[in-house]
Amino acid sequence: MSASYPDLNVKLGPLEFKNPVIMASGTFGYGQEFDALMDLNLLGGIIVKGLSLRPKQGNPPPRIVETPCGMLNAIGLANVGLEVFMKDKIPWLQTLDTRVIVNIYGHSIDEYGELANALKGVEGVSALEVNISCPNVACGGMAFGTDPSVSARVTEEVLKNTDKPVIVKLTPNVTDIGLIARAVEEAGAHALSLINTLTGMAIDIESRRPRLANTFGGLSGPAIRPVALRMVYQVVQSVDIPVIGIGGIMDHQDALEFLIAGAKAIQVGTANFVNPCVGPNIVEGIRDFCRERGIAHIDDLIGSFEPA
Amino acid sequence: MIEQKTEIIFNREIARDTFLMGLRSPEIVARAKPGQFVMLRVRPGIDPLLRRPFSICAVQDDELLLILYRVVGKGTAIMAEASGGDSFSVLGPLGNGFALPDRHQQSILVAGGIGVAPLLFLAQYTRTGPIQLMMGFGSAAEIIALELILDRTMDFVIATDDGSAGHAGPVTDLLEARLNQDEFERDAASIFTCGPGPMMKKVAAMALERGIPCQASLEAVMACGIGACQGCSVKTSSKEGQTYFHVCTDGPVFPVMAIDWNH
Ligand SMILES: Cc1cc2nc3c(=O)[nH]c(=O)nc-3n(C[C@H](O)[C@H](O)[C@H](O)COP(=O)(O)OP(=O)(O)OC[C@H]3O[C@@H](n4cnc5c(N)ncnc54)[C@H](O)[C@@H]3O)c2cc1C
Ligand SMILES: Cc1cc2nc3c(=O)[nH]c(=O)nc-3n(C[C@H](O)[C@H](O)[C@H](O)COP(=O)(O)O)c2cc1C
Ligand code: FES
Repeated sequence: MSASYPDLNVKLGPLEFKNPVIMASGTFGYGQEFDALMDLNLLGGIIVKGLSLRPKQGNPPPRIVETPCGMLNAIGLANVGLEVFMKDKIPWLQTLDTRVIVNIYGHSIDEYGELANALKGVEGVSALEVNISCPNVACGGMAFGTDPSVSARVTEEVLKNTDKPVIVKLTPNVTDIGLIARAVEEAGAHALSLINTLTGMAIDIESRRPRLANTFGGLSGPAIRPVALRMVYQVVQSVDIPVIGIGGIMDHQDALEFLIAGAKAIQVGTANFVNPCVGPNIVEGIRDFCRERGIAHIDDLIGSFEPA
Repeated sequence: MIEQKTEIIFNREIARDTFLMGLRSPEIVARAKPGQFVMLRVRPGIDPLLRRPFSICAVQDDELLLILYRVVGKGTAIMAEASGGDSFSVLGPLGNGFALPDRHQQSILVAGGIGVAPLLFLAQYTRTGPIQLMMGFGSAAEIIALELILDRTMDFVIATDDGSAGHAGPVTDLLEARLNQDEFERDAASIFTCGPGPMMKKVAAMALERGIPCQASLEAVMACGIGACQGCSVKTSSKEGQTYFHVCTDGPVFPVMAIDWNH
């Protein structure tokens, strides 16, 4: 048996990963934070913290509150900004032998284009992941990703300004996620990733004040997994482009659920906080699962869901 | 920084709602510096989900990591139930730690309640210069007996809110009295503090007023502990430039002048 049995290599359109396990944006820093704890090259890929044109300081504290089997965060997309990212983060990321994907967001459609353009041709960046869950300033702060035509326009703008594969990351805070998915597919996206966090809140009953300074936050972790899985399954049914499943994945069994539902790859977010070495463990767990069941290639498992 | 399963050697209540836990980890002990902390997973599974941060309170025999903790909620209640032979996943050591006092400096350690934890490790580690420890507690029942933790004797004074032991009033009264003594040499002293926010704010104000160097160990709600989530922000005093520090990697120890104490 060859060393690559079972073969975990996955192809998402023009993008190839050595395995389907990718670290989610905002939960893995710039990768470097985890370097002392694991061999990062065992991972399928790393998606860095959401990047904006200018540095962003983020929301006032408290920014985090734990909820049953999950957490709410209102980080406010704090990040170092394009200039520092290019100077301080990119050179180190280029030394990695795993796919590095840059997650981008803007406050206007033009800003998305500008960012994509600035990352054009940058070596070591395998793809862009476009976060459309953030507020659109021109639209009174409504998230870009809640409107099919705005979602499509952001996608087109990024595609126009890049030479890299484009993954569009969908927000679950919509009535019909299939509708948005199809609009983004028609606009030309190479792949979709979902879900981003679900909007929620928590109240301190003594002070009667919100437990996050921002009042609202994004719910993540195992609490959202069944909702995420349902949405991934629905989107897989609605589009032809590859889908990356995200939401509450804590171990290889959770990951397998998404793969069986039809996700070509998965992302691990909140679990990185709970167990910082979880990424390589999930890769190993998927490998063992396939080996024990004689599954030669991960593609034989992906989408193998048996409907009721 | 490492992540490992560590065995609990002992876990006992040493004052009201206050426990001392010994975890076997020669690897973390070898790397630990005063002021650093660990992230502890109180049980496997997903509830509670996140790790909990705890200061390193002392080390023993090159292999025991001591954690001094107060039961305040779900996670610490689970910890209190643990017994010798159980194990926890520990991530650490994390954070910057204290900048150690100079050789001939006199160190004043000002602790509010469980905030004494990182200061005891500093006291254990510092073998130069005189150290005076000031500890404030709610009442006599909460007083932590130092001989259970430290392998050295040291000069200390106590204050309690209800007056059941030591000075009746906040620990900051003790500091104020000390700083106002005629023989007190402010040029040869530094202050180290950890405790509730309002208490540290007062200590910071006293130190800043007199120009005495002062370091404070801060707390923030944390998810990752390693600089990845940006959740643990605290407002800086800087008018331009950086608005927030991250307590887990920029701290938890900060010079008091770097922090905006009005937030
Ligand atoms: C760097 C650092 C070092 C710390 N060192 C110690 C220590 O040595 N000993 C000790 O007893 N405690 C320490 N703490 C506080 C300790 O982390 C919290 O008390 C603990 O996480 C509470 O967990 P819980 O599940 O019992 O409480 P929860 O049920 O989560 O919450 C109960 C209460 O604790 C507060 N709380 C929750 N998380 C934190 C947090 N990260 N920081 C402060 N308050 C929190 C909540 O606001 C709430 O009021 C430290 C915190 C930090 C950030
Ligand atoms: C602290 C935190 C920060 C995040 N930051 C970003 C971000 O910058 N950009 C983004 O697209 N998603 C961000 N996310 C969303 C995650 O990438 C992921 O979609 C979501 O958390 C669901 O997955 P999980 O349940 O595995 O965490 C963030 C999530 C968390 C918890
Ligand atoms: S706790 Fe995650 S950045 Fe500090």
